[in-house]
Amino acid sequence: MKRIMIGAAIIMVIAISAICAPVVAGYNPLEMDLTEDAILQKPSLEHFFGTDNLGRDVFSRMLYGARVSLSVGFIAVIISLVIGVLLGGVSGYFGGWVDAVIMRVVEVMYSFPTFFLIMMVVTFLGPNIVNVMVVIGLTSWAPLCRLVRAEFLTLRERDFVSSARVQGVSNFRIIRRHILPNAMAPVYVSMTLSVGSAILIESALSFLGLGVQMPAPSWGNILTIGKNYIDYAWWLTLFPGLAILITVLSFNMIGDGLREVLDPKSDRKD
Amino acid sequence: MNIIEIKNINKCFRKRKTAWWLKKEPIKAVSDVSFSVEKGKTFGLVGESTCGKSTIAKILVGILKPDSGSVSVKGEKDIVFQDPYSSLNPRMTSREIVSEALLVRKIGKSEIETRVRQIFEMVNLNYAECKDKYAYQFSGGERQRIAIARALIRKLDVLVLDEPVSSLDVLVQAGILNLLKDLQENLNLTYVFISHDLRVVEFMADTVGVMRKGSFVEMASKDEIYSSPKNQYTKTLLSAIPDII
Repeated sequence: MKRIMIGAAIIMVIAISAICAPVVAGYNPLEMDLTEDAILQKPSLEHFFGTDNLGRDVFSRMLYGARVSLSVGFIAVIISLVIGVLLGGVSGYFGGWVDAVIMRVVEVMYSFPTFFLIMMVVTFLGPNIVNVMVVIGLTSWAPLCRLVRAEFLTLRERDFVSSARVQGVSNFRIIRRHILPNAMAPVYVSMTLSVGSAILIESALSFLGLGVQMPAPSWGNILTIGKNYIDYAWWLTLFPGLAILITVLSFNMIGDGLREVLDPKSDRKD
Repeated sequence: MNIIEIKNINKCFRKRKTAWWLKKEPIKAVSDVSFSVEKGKTFGLVGESTCGKSTIAKILVGILKPDSGSVSVKGEKDIVFQDPYSSLNPRMTSREIVSEALLVRKIGKSEIETRVRQIFEMVNLNYAECKDKYAYQFSGGERQRIAIARALIRKLDVLVLDEPVSSLDVLVQAGILNLLKDLQENLNLTYVFISHDLRVVEFMADTVGVMRKGSFVEMASKDEIYSSPKNQYTKTLLSAIPDII
């Protein structure tokens, strides 16, 4: 419980400051100042996280970058959730050849090196944030699908499902009322963990220049600039790196905490 | 008039193939079973675990289909399972659980409400107190009452009871068994009562069938079975009843 609270609190702070970025930032994240004493400035009270090679305020850029990271994380996971639950549910509930076909597709998805697949697709479709979200979502549903399928397989044999069937409850209602609500606990856990990994993938793509395109800021592409100046402008790599670390860590803390709370072996049932 | 007619049913389960060179070996759960039950009577089904009792229960209510043979159960039927933990959806309140069968039959809200109220009263549960509680907030006996209420919310003719009291302690068992007897009298229900406990079956049943390894070894009226059993297996079972009382 404590871990969930800490993780959620950190995410809330990041999310709120990202949403209110125009108010909190203080500088326009795109505004350059190429004068000698404006570029690559150390962190100070004026520029909390210093300035980059074009004299832009890193703190402001990171706030706007947080919008990218969080929205990519959430939207990609929602896409993979919809696909994973739908296919996994159909697969586990109906079984037979439908199950066989879906499971083969899942195996194919598993056997692809996902990151290279994403890189390839993004290169084809053009690197922008929408494509990145969609592609991460479309390539990360396989584990979720397996998870949901396994849950459905065990739940559909439970007595309360048999009972509903005897009473003439429709398949759709059995899935919606009896199986899905009982299958969601592990899904929530896996979802929060995947938000973290989606953020990591986005950062990596942006770092490689395949995600958010400069001058628009994202944590990944601030790092890209930073690596060129790593010898004398440590703040350009430290802060975005820390931001990614803390965000992903927070999501993992929430996920781990949820796993514990929702564990059927622990006494809490709801 | 026979409300249940079972003729020569067989049911096999296929074992999962563990390796491609092994043949799938079917396991016979039920072989060549026939029986019939008159309206308003109780048929007791006795036998050790894995003898095929539950398979017959599931075939009777249509959860499983027999491989061969004919099953005829006239009228509405339902089942009460052994484990009251897994037979109630943990994410629904007792009222939602009990009213679902009516809900999917497009019955008016107020009518459902009165009917659910009635049925809670019939199974001796306080409606106001229980309606918004979830399964895990009830005791085993209360849970089994909810399961019975869920079945009886429809106008039933046949109720299959698959070891309904085996997971309850003795005092609670007595309460449930008496309740079932009363309900049978008031609603003219036909029961198929499955149990491994011969004392419980003696209390409930009119006719008793003794099962072993998927088929009947003896079937007779209750008095005959308990006073002059013919089959050796039945005798063994009877002699295993501890006489403490």
